[in-house]
Amino acid sequence: MDLDGQERIQRVVDQNGGEDLVVVVGPPDAETSAMYAETVTRGDPTYAGPLAGVSLGLPVFHMLEEAIKEAIPEDVWAAEIGAMEFALDAEAIRASMQAVRDGGWEYTGRGSAGA
Amino acid sequence: MDLTGKRVIAIGERDGIPAPAIAACMRSAGAEVVLMETECFV
Repeated sequence: MDLDGQERIQRVVDQNGGEDLVVVVGPPDAETSAMYAETVTRGDPTYAGPLAGVSLGLPVFHMLEEAIKEAIPEDVWAAEIGAMEFALDAEAIRASMQAVRDGGWEYTGRGSAGA
Repeated sequence: MDLTGKRVIAIGERDGIPAPAIAACMRSAGAEVVLMETECFV
């Protein structure tokens, strides 16, 4: 995850605490989604950014997860997300997000783009 | 999940779901968006 972005996330938590804070991400693939999720829970897995070794422990979801989708009005979902739901491998993304939440995801070093 | 009153950090991505789209959805669900980041990998 972008290093400046990590710094801004840290600042939000420092200034307001983590209560009622939820992180929602939208990468196009499972690996990148997991990296983002890991970064805001147990710390930057690449050890490159300000969140390296920092366990923020924030609840994190991908936009395509059911827990999020069910909270969005259908017309807004259709306008903002629409076909992207079907263009991405939502099943793989959901599995990787769950793996991070379960503590069972490990960084493979394949790169931040998941290529 | 009830997002009403939650404070949301939206981390989007240009090739996936961008942060403004996430933010619009979150606001429609009653959440406050406190930070928007759109990552861009090449």
